[in-house]
Amino acid sequence: MQAVRTAAAARLAEMGWPTRRDEYWRWTDPATFAAEEVPESEAFRVERPIFSGMDKLRLVFTDGVFDAAASDDAALAGVEISRLANAPKWAVDAVGSLEAAGQKPVRRPLAALNTARATDGILVRVTGRATKPLHISYRQSSNTSDAILHHYIKLEPGAELTLLETGTAGARANLVMEVDVGEGARFHHIRPQGRSVGHRVVSAIFARVGAQAVFKSFTLSMNGRLTRNEAMIEIVGDNAVAHIAGAALGDGADDDFHHDDTVFITHGAVGCESRQVFKKVLRHGAVGVFQGKILVRNGAQKTDGYQISQALMLDDSCQFLAKPELEIYADDVKCSHGSTTGAIDETALFYLRSRGVPREEAVALLVLSFLADAIAEIDDETIAADILARLEEWLARHRG
Amino acid sequence: MNGDQEVRDGVDRETVDAVRNMGSYKYGWATDIETDYAPKGLNEDIVRLISSKNGEPEWMLEWRLTAYRRWVEMVEPSWAMLNYPVIDYQDQFYYAKPKSMTQKPQSLDEVDPKLLATYAKLGIPLKEQMLLAGVEGAEGVAADARRVAVDAVFDSVSVGTTFKKELAKAGVIFCSISDAIREHPELVKKYLGSVVPQSDNFFATLNSAVFSDGSFVYIPPGTKCPMELSTYFRINAENTGQFERTLIIADKGAYVSYLEGCTAPKRDIAQLHAAVVEIVILEDAEVKYSTVQNWYPGDENGLGGIYNFVTKRADCRGDRAKVMWTQVETGSAITWKYPSCILRGNESQGEFYSIAIANNYQQADTGTKMIHLGRDTRSRIVSKGISAGHAQNTYRGQVSMHPRAKNSRNYTQCDSLLIGDKCGAHTVPYIEVKNHSSRVEHEATTSKVDDDQLFYCRARGIGEEAAVALVVNGFCKDVLQALPMEFAMEAQALVAISLEGSVG
Repeated sequence: MQAVRTAAAARLAEMGWPTRRDEYWRWTDPATFAAEEVPESEAFRVERPIFSGMDKLRLVFTDGVFDAAASDDAALAGVEISRLANAPKWAVDAVGSLEAAGQKPVRRPLAALNTARATDGILVRVTGRATKPLHISYRQSSNTSDAILHHYIKLEPGAELTLLETGTAGARANLVMEVDVGEGARFHHIRPQGRSVGHRVVSAIFARVGAQAVFKSFTLSMNGRLTRNEAMIEIVGDNAVAHIAGAALGDGADDDFHHDDTVFITHGAVGCESRQVFKKVLRHGAVGVFQGKILVRNGAQKTDGYQISQALMLDDSCQFLAKPELEIYADDVKCSHGSTTGAIDETALFYLRSRGVPREEAVALLVLSFLADAIAEIDDETIAADILARLEEWLARHRG
Repeated sequence: MNGDQEVRDGVDRETVDAVRNMGSYKYGWATDIETDYAPKGLNEDIVRLISSKNGEPEWMLEWRLTAYRRWVEMVEPSWAMLNYPVIDYQDQFYYAKPKSMTQKPQSLDEVDPKLLATYAKLGIPLKEQMLLAGVEGAEGVAADARRVAVDAVFDSVSVGTTFKKELAKAGVIFCSISDAIREHPELVKKYLGSVVPQSDNFFATLNSAVFSDGSFVYIPPGTKCPMELSTYFRINAENTGQFERTLIIADKGAYVSYLEGCTAPKRDIAQLHAAVVEIVILEDAEVKYSTVQNWYPGDENGLGGIYNFVTKRADCRGDRAKVMWTQVETGSAITWKYPSCILRGNESQGEFYSIAIANNYQQADTGTKMIHLGRDTRSRIVSKGISAGHAQNTYRGQVSMHPRAKNSRNYTQCDSLLIGDKCGAHTVPYIEVKNHSSRVEHEATTSKVDDDQLFYCRARGIGEEAAVALVVNGFCKDVLQALPMEFAMEAQALVAISLEGSVG
């Protein structure tokens, strides 16, 4: 593993730190992610557990370190789990490889930093259909913890896994997950990010999706001073499916709220489908950023690529900054993108109010309907119901 | 493109043929004429030489030198999706003037017949009374009702301007920018560089230092310009860059429609063109600016062609000011062009309609910027890109709603069509919204041009493709028909091409 870390450190040294002058950092300041000193953030201690009614295998990381006492026994049929420090043979050449490949054409120094300096992480090899979801639960106890976690998930052909990722990993967190979805395998990822209002997190998913495989990822963000969620998804096999969705609700009154989704989906095979669905609800000076790209390589015919980014602004102090990109080198494709920004639809609000719905409730209803397309990307109904409950709690807390 | 290539569903044969035929460039001949060149290369002395050749006052020279000194320190931008060999800025001529223009002709009658013949051959006869003789007015409009005043620019100099006297009667100033610097210094001083500052970007700064000629327009308050104005740019000399500068001022309540055309001979070596167009629009004024850009695109193997780096910007300074850019981009080997609107005045409006067609090895990176600063401002962007052969076509645009731009609205639609599997089509929009009462919509699908209009058409039995064509053509038509001579027909044909097959 030391060789992997050294190679990543060399990549980082060659690239240099990210700056506002980088094309994909123009709207988000990377300075605090790279700073030597961790900006302080108070841990949120009374977070109500999510997905508590589900049977799952839970692995806990506190301030970026595996917490064996709080975790379940890592035994699950068809799933091999080990820690980054005890990398099994299959993982030695794999760890860091998708991150390294994902450095082109846009450099991602913070991901290289992660590979070089990861404090911990898990390596998962799925050989069959996992009978229950794997749950990575993050906890923050220190106000200055700096969690750098690196996970690698490998799904062998035909394997299936649902991965839940919850909580705040640290006052500052740098999370990288590499996912190799083999032929015909299915990977579902659900990520409600933590509730401590002041935390800063930069995350990156590097995925490789094989033929007939399915990759699906959904993220819910409702807090965090600064969040940057990156995803680099490379579709390499024919007839594969990759969906990535996100719902972010930000209230700048809690603390600053700056939320950035940066997504690159590359179609390198024939007959594949991709969807990017990102919705942001902003109030009190919250800032939302979306940078999404669909790249269709030459020869990736019959591609169906779709991307939507929308912001709902609840008051006048918010900002939404979007760069929805298409880069297409094949002619027989169907690619589209849309991006809209605006306030609550006054006509819809009037309709609800004229039927006796109080204003606050009407707004909450319209916010939920605005987010519906993103929530619909969650296949599992139990999971979707839990996510919806979280949303309703947020709306109840942020009225008026 | 391969002649027997299979045409895919949704793109009809006519569209493919029409685009393919664009490979035959009609304006590729050169005029054999004696030309005076400035020495090759670029330095302060060349800037001084251009200034003195134009008989400029000292303040203008200083302005140029300031720009030159800034340019020397600037780096050529590389963010566009364009791939071209490094340009050697010292291996160019920056000034080329036909010898016969050494003594500036007092009237069009004195202009070298060879030059007049060149423009006649291009379909731009520089004669007032028969300007459109032999060209049928569209839809039966009498030819004399569609008069267009022309400023003809040949390499580095303006050859002549038609209808000057008649325009002067209405108070309209239409002349070459070099004449304006001498004759209307107060206007030039006030407005030159006020929309595109001297050191705005690498290419605009280069232009500020070495621009040789271009057009100047001033429309006085409350005046509707009695005819359309047009500038025709022709590059003839080899190895010579053209750097024209256009300044248009529409005073309060004024209106003008301005047309621009350009062509160049076929040459194996790429030529540089870096222009700046500045438009100032005051309260209640309106400017329509239409371009048919038909510079030599290079041959089917990508040899030669014009490298076209253009900065065009309109500043809606007053309330209710309005600007409309329409561009039909068919030429140039490289296009780097983003006609922009600064919507400063309250209730001001900006519109951008673009058709960009790239064939063979052409590369186009073009789009617009809509900067909303005033409240209740409106903007609309409709961009159609067609790529064929090995071409790369990129829409790059920015829509920015500032915090003060309350209740503003933007609608953007970008459609791309690829013909063949060797080309590329890309969309790079930047959207920045900083207030919540504004609405911004961006889409790159053809299913929602304008739902109401589309629904109206569909409800009357018109198919989706025809309905979209009707809607888009509806708002393009006025502008496209206003283009002079065969350009109108050509541009209309191009619009039809761009729509066919782009739906569904």
